[in-house]
Amino acid sequence: MNYLQHRISSGVIAVIAVWVCWISYTQKPAEAFLFPRVIATIFMTLAIWTFIKALLGRTKTGNGLSLQAAKNMAPGIVIAGIYIFWAAKALGFYVSGTIAFFMLLSFYDPASNNEPKTWIKRVIITVGFITIMYALFALVLQVYTPRGMFI
Amino acid sequence: MEFIYYFGEVFTPVSMLLLIGGTIGGLILGATPGLSPTMAVALLIPFTFHLTAVHGLILLGAAYTSTVAGGAVSAILLKIPGAPANIATTLDGHTMAQKGDGAKALQLSFISSLIGGVFGVILLIFLTPVLAQWALAFGPSHLFWLAILGVTVIGSLDSNSVVKGLLSGCIGMWLATIGFDDMLGVKRFVFHPSLGGGVNIIPALIGLFAIPQVITMFAKGRFDTSVEQIKVKKHPIGAAIKEVLSRKIALVVGTITGSIIGLIPGVGGQIAGLVAYDQARKFSPERAKFGTGHSEGIIAAEAANNAMVGPSLVPLLTLSIPGSPTAAVLLGGLLIHGIFPGTDLFENHPDVVWPFINSMLIGQVLMCIFGIYIASFAARVSQVPQSVMAATVLGLAVFGSYAVQQSMGDVYVMAVLGCMMYFLERFGFTAAPLVLGLILGPIAESNFVQGSMIANAQNGAFTYFFTGGLNMLLIAVAVVSIAYSAWSELSTREDA
Repeated sequence: MNYLQHRISSGVIAVIAVWVCWISYTQKPAEAFLFPRVIATIFMTLAIWTFIKALLGRTKTGNGLSLQAAKNMAPGIVIAGIYIFWAAKALGFYVSGTIAFFMLLSFYDPASNNEPKTWIKRVIITVGFITIMYALFALVLQVYTPRGMFI
Repeated sequence: MEFIYYFGEVFTPVSMLLLIGGTIGGLILGATPGLSPTMAVALLIPFTFHLTAVHGLILLGAAYTSTVAGGAVSAILLKIPGAPANIATTLDGHTMAQKGDGAKALQLSFISSLIGGVFGVILLIFLTPVLAQWALAFGPSHLFWLAILGVTVIGSLDSNSVVKGLLSGCIGMWLATIGFDDMLGVKRFVFHPSLGGGVNIIPALIGLFAIPQVITMFAKGRFDTSVEQIKVKKHPIGAAIKEVLSRKIALVVGTITGSIIGLIPGVGGQIAGLVAYDQARKFSPERAKFGTGHSEGIIAAEAANNAMVGPSLVPLLTLSIPGSPTAAVLLGGLLIHGIFPGTDLFENHPDVVWPFINSMLIGQVLMCIFGIYIASFAARVSQVPQSVMAATVLGLAVFGSYAVQQSMGDVYVMAVLGCMMYFLERFGFTAAPLVLGLILGPIAESNFVQGSMIANAQNGAFTYFFTGGLNMLLIAVAVVSIAYSAWSELSTREDA
């Protein structure tokens, strides 16, 4: 049990809860915030309770995040973040989707990077995935996604 | 017997195609470790937008039914439960498969799933209209308490920590208030233009269920996830049917236990298999054989898992309270088609609800047939490397969220909520109460506002919300569920 992590996470939730409660009680018109006030009050009470329990070291659930897991997930989150928050709109869904899929696959695939066969397999899987996505969303469902340089 | 009139709708070419596609797809998704039934149904919802309400629900219902059963395939052949509901199946199923009876284990699993599942859907058919009639007496205060009850029950029973479960429910309810207030048109908690229209339920569901799985796969890093699959030899189906029918105690205990657990809002299938397995062992004259590849262990666990599916929809369709996390996602599927579960559902939408329920009956049969014949193939597909799985689920989540309203805002909401949920899960929070809060929040708020107006014209809010038999009953059930969970939490810790 990583108590420091629990203290930080429950502290963040408590701060958010206090902030939500503050907004609920200060915004006008009051009638529009009647229900949010009720919810925010309970939210804040439970969040502070959780924070106090974490401070006292009485948290019993959740194992927190190990350093190794954080290191492992960091590249994936960065690639996914760039894909979602920038590339999807700037480059288009299909181009950015292809690049992100290929990068994630290459990064997390345990197969050896020195063998050409591995790279060919990755390219085939990526092309297969994006072709299915295109057929499904562009042709069947006719969803107009942001377009970039190519499609 | 009104449901019989709507059977024709299930046998149209489109419905049958969706039913077969949903069943086969569900079996494969269910067999895939890491893809829970809830996540599979959540990822399917964007596709139902382009279908009629009946067809969309038939697809979701088929996927729900078959993902639960499909989880047994990897539990038996790979010793990896496809979903938490299949943990109990692993105990005897994999041992039997190791002894060279993999095909028999799969057949027993699918046949008992069929029997349990059909019983569960029959309960759904007969209990739902009765409960719906009863629910006609509900006013705004009762509906408000029902919504609160839904969140508290799932928050307290689905989590390891009652406080964290309820806190998750509160976060969900708060998220539901983001956007424009319906009564006065005032902006509330709109911190970013993407939130102007509020938090759309479908991208939120996809984010909350799919993204934490993707990040969990990232967190494992680069490692080979393939597991040696046990080869399946042929086994006569007739012998498996005889075996299931001869193990009456396990079958009955599994079916009844699963049905009862399904009816309890929020409990769901995660524990149905384990409770039924434990009960069947207690009742069995051959209890010493449990855990050694005994057929009764598989029969009880799988009959319970699928018997839970139908009854878990009873509180959903009548009272808007889902019986399991997957039923909560199905509620999202109903809402996006403009169908509001509750008192008048069977009066306003019998043409949608009955074909949906009937399709689940047919879906159980298809699940059994396809399950037996494609089990080995499904197990092979389920060994797709985690790297491919993570990238595919991420891609599907992005495309699916965008497809809902063709808005990048929805994709951002999906990603932020998904990341937030991953970290919350690391600290003991669960997605189900948060989702329930998000879904039931607007129902609670609209009835709270209506009730407040009525209360102002009558004897005041306290009298309106806190008196009356039904109000007190609902409050009492909510309090009891919280107290019971708190008590079990404390007693578990003392035992540990």
